Amino acid sequence: MRWPWAATAGRRGLHPAAWWLWAACLAGAATRTTNPLLLLLVAAVAAFVVAARRTDAPWSRSLVVFVRVGAVVIVLRVVLEVLFGNRLPGHVLVTLPHVPLPSWARGVSVGGPVTAEAVLQAAVEGLRLAVVLVCFGAANSLASPYRLLRCLPPVLYEAGVAVTVTLAFAPELVVAVGEVRAARRLRGRPVRGVAGLRGMAVPVLETALDRSLQLAASMDARGYGRRASLAPAARRAASGGTALGLLLVVAGVYGLLVPGSLPAGGVPFVVLGAGLVAGGLAARGRRTLRTRYRPDPWGAPEWLVAGSGVAALGALVVASVVGTPGLTFAAYPLTAPALPLLPTVGLLAGLLPAVVAPVERRPDRSVPTDRSRGEPAAARSDGRAA
Amino acid sequence: MIRFDHVSFTYDGAEVPTLDRVDLVVGEGELCVVVGPTGSGKTTLLRAVNGLVPHFTGGRLAGEVRVAGRSTRDVPPRELADVVGMVGQDPAASFVTDVVEDELAYTMENLGLAPDVMRRRVEDTLDLLGLHDLRDRPLRSLSGGQQQRVAIGAVLTASPGVLVLDEPTSALDPAAAEEVLASLTRLVHDLGLTVLLAEHRLERVLPFADTVVLVPGRGGPLEIGPADEIMVGSPVAPPLVELGRLAGWRPLPLSVRDARRVAGPLRDRLAGAVPRPPVTVPGAGGGPAGRLERVTVRFGAVRALEDVDVAVAAGEVVAVMGRNGSGKSTLLGQLAGVRRPDAGRVLVGGVDPAGLTPRELVARVGLVPQDAGVLLYGESVADECAAADHDTGLVPGTSAGVLDRLVPGLPPGRHPRDLSEGQRLALALAVVLAPAPPLVLLDEPTRGLDYRAKERLVGQLAGLAAAGHAVVVATHDVELVARVATRTVVLAEGEVVADGPARDVICHSPIFAPQVAKVLAPEPWLTVDEVRGALAGSGTRG
Repeated sequence: MRWPWAATAGRRGLHPAAWWLWAACLAGAATRTTNPLLLLLVAAVAAFVVAARRTDAPWSRSLVVFVRVGAVVIVLRVVLEVLFGNRLPGHVLVTLPHVPLPSWARGVSVGGPVTAEAVLQAAVEGLRLAVVLVCFGAANSLASPYRLLRCLPPVLYEAGVAVTVTLAFAPELVVAVGEVRAARRLRGRPVRGVAGLRGMAVPVLETALDRSLQLAASMDARGYGRRASLAPAARRAASGGTALGLLLVVAGVYGLLVPGSLPAGGVPFVVLGAGLVAGGLAARGRRTLRTRYRPDPWGAPEWLVAGSGVAALGALVVASVVGTPGLTFAAYPLTAPALPLLPTVGLLAGLLPAVVAPVERRPDRSVPTDRSRGEPAAARSDGRAA
Repeated sequence: MIRFDHVSFTYDGAEVPTLDRVDLVVGEGELCVVVGPTGSGKTTLLRAVNGLVPHFTGGRLAGEVRVAGRSTRDVPPRELADVVGMVGQDPAASFVTDVVEDELAYTMENLGLAPDVMRRRVEDTLDLLGLHDLRDRPLRSLSGGQQQRVAIGAVLTASPGVLVLDEPTSALDPAAAEEVLASLTRLVHDLGLTVLLAEHRLERVLPFADTVVLVPGRGGPLEIGPADEIMVGSPVAPPLVELGRLAGWRPLPLSVRDARRVAGPLRDRLAGAVPRPPVTVPGAGGGPAGRLERVTVRFGAVRALEDVDVAVAAGEVVAVMGRNGSGKSTLLGQLAGVRRPDAGRVLVGGVDPAGLTPRELVARVGLVPQDAGVLLYGESVADECAAADHDTGLVPGTSAGVLDRLVPGLPPGRHPRDLSEGQRLALALAVVLAPAPPLVLLDEPTRGLDYRAKERLVGQLAGLAAAGHAVVVATHDVELVARVATRTVVLAEGEVVADGPARDVICHSPIFAPQVAKVLAPEPWLTVDEVRGALAGSGTRG
């Protein structure tokens, strides 16, 4: 870690952890309020910063995907409310036919009067979840998860790669689905409905698995998983210690949650377990050969970006602790939301990265990207773009 | 540097060993080209060098493979990462990271090199392979040739003594292939790297080869020797070598330059003769089978096709050429109704193919995509044929009959994944051709095919055209175009830049001209068979 006055030469964009911390703080701030104006403000702040600082990389388009998923979440939440919601009194919008349920399902109501209050309440709750998703979409757009994984300590790196491969499996699957669909159409087979789905599952999984295996072979051929010679006994001791430590931590947490089940509330278990895990990891870590190429420096811009996120979250936390009015959405009775001063100012501080974060060198646009083999996913599904 | 001692290898469940008592020594600083028919075990041989065979494939390996003194018997592939750089057939499938610079550093990070060493080597490699402008680019946004160079760079940074490449140019357009091969020769000459390389399109790599290893397949003994000696008797030979054999040139010239220097007498003998292709394709004569009218297709900001007007008539074989990503596959996709165009109109047999149900579609258009295997997902060859008959409402046995005419004697019980590349293509072609669609589209059909399989493909395509089908082939393979195309359409950045008789379009292009044309320029000869025919004709006349 470097200090703010350290030179920023040789940097390749902002440290990914700073972006993720900033986004996580905004997401945390969103969970602290149900005021729709504040929630929309969080989303706007995140979107503005992404628009100002994203690159042309493929992952920069993640935000749009997350926004779409967020919209689906809101719709779903409202639909569920309309069908199965609470039937409190209010302004009735429409009355659905009430479905009588047997006595054992008395807690659930289906149909009945739908009130404006209930629908708005549900929409706001959906919005809160959607805004959290937008924040993570923003983090994805600004720094790919892979870049974040590079910052993991070497000991955890291998677990991190396993995660990356898993993450890569999903887009592979999407590409494979496109290809298999196109191929089935060319064979004159149904691509829709149950018959289409059944016929597609096996080839899709086969294709995606094939690619993952290729990746595994390539990683091995390039030295992934090499380690300095560690005596088998020492290796077993380190692994055993880590496993035992994890068990102790689990037991200890159980003790913490269920009073009286373990002596001293399970605290000694947690402490001992954590110690064992740390020791085991450290022992293995010393044996890991891996070095890191051009680690991202942590300088003044990183402090400012992370700080702006913490400020936004802090403002919301302080406001909820001191009980600033207007943090929650009042549906009963229906009142128009207001913008409370402290949280608004705090959230606006989250805009700081749009100014202080260094602009990443953008990939050269003069080189046409359409020369790539299968660059846009849409092109790949189109019978594999050449 | 690389030493195979009595190496035999048998895949699980196979009766015949893929490699049988192979003895091979590749010395330091040698560029060794592995040639052989499809499915002869070239890839197996290459992957045995760093132990991916058998560590990742299973099967039984006897004998010993040693690289720089280390035996693959004792260490897994990762422990050889510092001596062997392995580049697979599909570079995109081997990328682990997402940005060029990180990809170049990946192997070194695993080897635990010091950060300043890594930084220096990455910069060196960027310069060496001309990747400097691409260092921040996401890997997925690169072109095929750029991806191939990054894949080579990514193993080079670890400064391995041995570089193993499996068909490094098969997916590339002629210009990108030149680019990659030029980088490779430079590495061999400047750094003394040992290179072992498999390739089907020998016309591209033979000029650079020190030694050639001929893998005859079916576990037969390897032939190893200098390129010009081995190629005299090789069952797989590029057009240049065949021309040399025909003209009786010794030593056999392996580059266009060498051939031109000895081709003077041949050019004189051919003077005045008119090239007459031995494979006769009727050419446009029938009605229009398919046409694109001012079609524009976009993928986001990328223009795949821009205002394209192309018509295909029955009896024609149209070759669509152009560099990687110029819109060839998209053009075929439009004719097959894979998606609707953003502007313009597509007509196949008078109707819009994108509006047809799958079943109506297969009666009008047949498309064999680049990776023919994606069309096949039955459990066996017989299963696949039966499914095709059922899906398209044909009399049972039709597809099997078509297949039998294409490749006689394909075992019906074999799983499609166990077929060779050429057999798989034939099977895909059979199921697509069974409903006798008037328009047949093939995307890059010669990828992974050896010369003999290509020969059969040429015959099949000519036969289709003669039977009144319209055929469109998207390909990088200039030799295939020279053999069979009646018309060539060249695409660049989604626009049609040339459309005319194949001979006129490709003969004088520095990139698309086939080897024979380059040797015999300015006379418009395209193939060895034309020359052979003309010589035979002149022989009988006196």
